Amino acid sequence: MKPAPFRYERPATLEAVLALLDAHGAQAEILAGGQSLMPMLALRVARPDLVIDINRIAGLGDITAIPDGGVRIGARARHAEVMASPLVPALMRSALAHVAHPAIRNRGTLGGSLALADPAAEMPCCMVALGARIVTLSSRGETHHDAASFFHGLYSTARRPDEMILRIEIPPLGPQWRFAFLEEARRLGDYAIAGVALAMGAGEVRLAFCGVEPAPRCLPATEALILAGADPLPGLVELAPMDSDDAPEAYRRHLAGVLLKRALREVGHG
Amino acid sequence: MTDLALPQDGWIGRRMPREDTRRLVMGAGRYVDDLACRGELHAAFLRSPYPHAGFRLDLSQAKALDGVAAVFVAEDLARVCGGLICPDLAFPGMVSPQQLPLVAERAVYQGEPIALVLADSRAVAEDAVELIAVDWQELPAITRLDQSLTQDAPPVHLGLASNLGWSTQIGTDLRDAFAGAALVVETTLDFARNTGVTLEPRGLIAQWDAGALELRISHQMPHQLQLHIAELFGVAMSRVRVICGDVGGGFGLKMHIYQDELATIAAARLIGRPVRFIADRMESLMADIHAREHRIHGRMAVDAQGRIIGFDIDDLHGMGAYSVFPRSSTREAMSALAVIGAPYLHQVFHARLRCALQNKVPTGQLRAVGNPIGCAITERLVDLAASARGEDRLVFRARNLLPEAMQPWTSPSGFRLFGLSHHRCLERLQKLMDLPKLRAEISDACASGRWLGLGFASLVEFTAPNSRSYGPTGAPVAAVDAVVATLEMTGDISVRASVSEIGQGIRQSLAQVMADAMGVPAENVAVLTGDTATVPHGGGAWASRGAAIGGEAAWQAGVALRAQILEIAAALLQAQAADLDIRFGQVVDQHGSARMGLDELSRIVTLQSYLLPDGMQGQLSVSRTYRREADSALPNNGIQAVLVEIDPDTGHISALRHWVVFDCGRVLNPLLVEEQIRGGVVMGLGQALLEACSYDSGGQFISATLADYKVPMADDAPDIEVALVETPYAGSAVGAKGAGEAGACAAPAALLNAVNDALAGQGAQISALPITPLDVLRALGRVPQA
Amino acid sequence: MDNQTLSIACTINDRAIRATIPVRQSLVDFLREGVGLTGSHVGCAHGVCGACHVVVDGVVVRGCLILAVQADGAEISTIEHAATTSIGAALQAAFFERAALQCGFCTSGMILQAAELLAQNPEPSRDEIRAALSGNLCRCTGYHAIVDAVQMASARLSDIAP
Ligand SMILES: Cc1cc2nc3c(=O)[nH]c(=O)nc-3n(C[C@H](O)[C@H](O)[C@H](O)COP(=O)(O)OP(=O)(O)OC[C@H]3O[C@@H](n4cnc5c(N)ncnc54)[C@H](O)[C@@H]3O)c2cc1C
Ligand code: FES
Ligand code: FES
Repeated sequence: MKPAPFRYERPATLEAVLALLDAHGAQAEILAGGQSLMPMLALRVARPDLVIDINRIAGLGDITAIPDGGVRIGARARHAEVMASPLVPALMRSALAHVAHPAIRNRGTLGGSLALADPAAEMPCCMVALGARIVTLSSRGETHHDAASFFHGLYSTARRPDEMILRIEIPPLGPQWRFAFLEEARRLGDYAIAGVALAMGAGEVRLAFCGVEPAPRCLPATEALILAGADPLPGLVELAPMDSDDAPEAYRRHLAGVLLKRALREVGHG
Repeated sequence: MTDLALPQDGWIGRRMPREDTRRLVMGAGRYVDDLACRGELHAAFLRSPYPHAGFRLDLSQAKALDGVAAVFVAEDLARVCGGLICPDLAFPGMVSPQQLPLVAERAVYQGEPIALVLADSRAVAEDAVELIAVDWQELPAITRLDQSLTQDAPPVHLGLASNLGWSTQIGTDLRDAFAGAALVVETTLDFARNTGVTLEPRGLIAQWDAGALELRISHQMPHQLQLHIAELFGVAMSRVRVICGDVGGGFGLKMHIYQDELATIAAARLIGRPVRFIADRMESLMADIHAREHRIHGRMAVDAQGRIIGFDIDDLHGMGAYSVFPRSSTREAMSALAVIGAPYLHQVFHARLRCALQNKVPTGQLRAVGNPIGCAITERLVDLAASARGEDRLVFRARNLLPEAMQPWTSPSGFRLFGLSHHRCLERLQKLMDLPKLRAEISDACASGRWLGLGFASLVEFTAPNSRSYGPTGAPVAAVDAVVATLEMTGDISVRASVSEIGQGIRQSLAQVMADAMGVPAENVAVLTGDTATVPHGGGAWASRGAAIGGEAAWQAGVALRAQILEIAAALLQAQAADLDIRFGQVVDQHGSARMGLDELSRIVTLQSYLLPDGMQGQLSVSRTYRREADSALPNNGIQAVLVEIDPDTGHISALRHWVVFDCGRVLNPLLVEEQIRGGVVMGLGQALLEACSYDSGGQFISATLADYKVPMADDAPDIEVALVETPYAGSAVGAKGAGEAGACAAPAALLNAVNDALAGQGAQISALPITPLDVLRALGRVPQA
Repeated sequence: MDNQTLSIACTINDRAIRATIPVRQSLVDFLREGVGLTGSHVGCAHGVCGACHVVVDGVVVRGCLILAVQADGAEISTIEHAATTSIGAALQAAFFERAALQCGFCTSGMILQAAELLAQNPEPSRDEIRAALSGNLCRCTGYHAIVDAVQMASARLSDIAP
């Protein structure tokens, strides 16, 4: 279980990364935390010609407050750093407790998690629920994506091969906002079979699932029912859950309902 | 005849940590992959990606890759190494074709090794494996157990008329006995395939010099392996040295002979350089032995007084593509049948067994071999009977457990049961659990909407078999163990023992036995194991035999050495041997005064032997081999309980607390026995709740990573309370029985019963392991069946 | 494709090390094969078992999920160095005394992970210990004794600490 040969570059600047992406694009893999890429390399399911290590770029992992509210998280911020940051919404911190294990969180990054877009991963659905903006960068400049439209499907995002994720911007969410993250996984730290991220403000609700559909997205019908104070479960017909032997469609749908009800109870709604 | 000379306040029975582990906590272990070897090549295998496929290979590109020394296929290795055929003397009619180190023409299970690359590094070897061009012809394959014996099932090996690998019937006609029963309960249980997942994968370094092999390998029985290699390679045993250093877990997985291991040894011979092969985790999960796959149907008849009349069993077991070499794949099922009903008095027994061939890796012996199956079906039937009678489960058990006054007792299936303390264990368990209080807590919790369940399982396990177990089968498995004890000139005792240390702590236990036998402190005893060039021939590590057989050999060697040394001391001190003794490493007189250190005595014998009287040679070593003549196996016994909670909405199962009361005879070191139990319990918990070798509908193995094959982690396991009851085996001096596997025997049964207890109020039942949350939801009707 | 190599310089267990290594080699393989530090083990090589844990620049990481070339300039410490810290030494003693290991293959990774836990949370509950060690597979012990040992070390360390 050793990776196939690849070339390795560790640029010190964003410009150098972009130049490499321009030249190699789809044949290159960015190496951030490596907590997903390294296993894929070892299993030889990822076979890039070039690995671009972005760990030498200064400031790429910074977590800073945005002057007019909100927080900006550099793509290479490690899960453990995000978890420990008081600037970050509680939703992310509680969701990160479900992400892997301490040593993996010491290395794995927010940008890596979003770029990978594993359907069962916790961070992408949190981004949707927080109304985050994902900023990518290429030699053509920055592109700002709403999280809700960034995740296209299984391991697929709006990011183009010549782009890297640069940072994530979480809009300001005042103290009236309540959050809940809940998931069902076989073991602590396993990817979720189903998980829910819920954010509730005054007259506003945002909700997204992981593990249920191929990618997290907004669920307007369900959100409307919640706002109306009605039973939200009928709204979940808008879900088109994935189907597999170990987690069939009906099971994921059932869990989505259970988790949503619990999440609503946790934020004091219903 | 438990030896009265066993000291009251001795080293045996002391709670002591293992000297060995001082190294291990520092990271100073020496596992096989830690050893460097000059000039070595690394092996990697091309393995079949299909469960059944013919193939044609083009090796030219692989051979041409920089850093590749050789690529071997079946016919290359056939020049130096024979094939494996599982001996079947005990299983007449068993179907198991010859297995070559590398398969030729047609692979019959996914993961079967086809070609072997030798290269400068493992990475380059893997590169070259990818460059082997293969023309595959996929063939129809059978992987599902329930379809393997159907009329239209494709043959596992071309030309087979049926996939029935072996079948047998045990016991007598039950019709009358069952017809007269007041109650007959029945159930069918399904058990998924499991595998061992030793954290250290299998691995070896093979080096031939002038026709002699030095083999370093992570293995449980060096001597058995030495014999196999000698035979397969046509060399004398004295030309084969097998060295097992630190072994990172065994669990039975490392007692088989694997194709890839033989291929590595053969390749080293052909190439004339040392070759290292360390299985990676994917290879391990795919091609280490699997175990456990059963569909078992059981019926139990009970009379009007609630006494068990008997059992009627029908077991279908998945063998895989071959019967595993050398112990056979049928053992698993035979062990399961042996323990069905064993804790309970009953009159009749009948079982039908069918072992099915499948296009899957062979099943072999994994910790507790078959016992979890036999225990689970028994304990499930017992719970069903109690519930049908509207009776407390422990009351039903207490009535039926084999009383001490009736022992020895020979069960209707022919097993002799003796020295079992069921009722004492049951009583002890209820105290340990504080059962009345716990029951009150459970009913309070249930009243507030929580779903808690309590499960129990009694067990009997047949441990430490003597040679009647394997001797007649033709499998070269030694049931004897040997010890050579030597007094060194520094006053310490070297013990060279044929048992194997695989983490269970047998070296520490033998040191304590030797300490008592010799009259020296345990820290003055060093036990060496695992090297065929330095330790005598014996069984190694299997069937929980280290303490019962190896311990007895150590005791006898120690007693003999002590006597020999006292003879010498008597001569040197001009005293009577009978008036002398050894205490704390000193020869003492009747008053307990020290007369001479063992170091001094040893130096005189070795360096100043002119001081010895005429005619005395002064032997400082003793060798003893122990075979137990009576009792073909030593039954141990115990009972477990587990408290689980089920989340009604998600189906998630949490094991909250686990209790074990266990009797393995004389306990050499309770600290180590308790940890053996706990480790076994958590392995059993894995079998009950998490672990499954899964295959998709096309027969593809889909649990080839540790993310997919889920073993219990720290957060999945509960605290486990253990209490020991001691009923020493009366037929040996030390009185020990086996302890290493019992935890795993009964934990799955206890969990299965606990989950069903928690679901009882809901009218739902679970009958397949592992129990997933999805299974629970389906049983509850909250998610539709597949 | 060629097998690219790179030269790196780093500090391993307080010693400066220079080496030229293939870029595809993992840190744990380099430590074991290139430096002879075999205390870190490889149980899966795909990030699930934790046997390969090493400390890089002060945090515990999976040695199989970081390339050796990424350690260029880093400060690395391994189980072989654990006894030089009070927490490491306390854990090693407690694991030994409490028989919190059987085959010992998981132990290096467990001890390093537990040391990080005790540095962050000197008196963890049993549940907190189980959660912190949830990425470290032990196939032998059943974990109970490991949790005991971490608590034992924690109690002793807080006796020493003011
Ligand atoms: C045992 C184990 C359990 C895990 N459990 C979970 C879990 O429960 N939930 C969960 O969410 N994750 C889990 N993970 C994955 C972990 O969270 C990863 O760290 C994460 O998914 C990827 O982050 P990374 O920084 O490690 O990315 P890498 O592994 O470095 O990269 C992953 C992918 O993203 C790309 N990429 C990385 N950064 C960028 C960037 N800035 N711009 C563009 N592309 C980029 C890479 O090219 C690669 O294709 C687990 C991992 C392991 C080993
Ligand atoms: S070897 Fe690194 S996590 Fe298993
Ligand atoms: S002691 Fe063997 S894996 Fe933990």
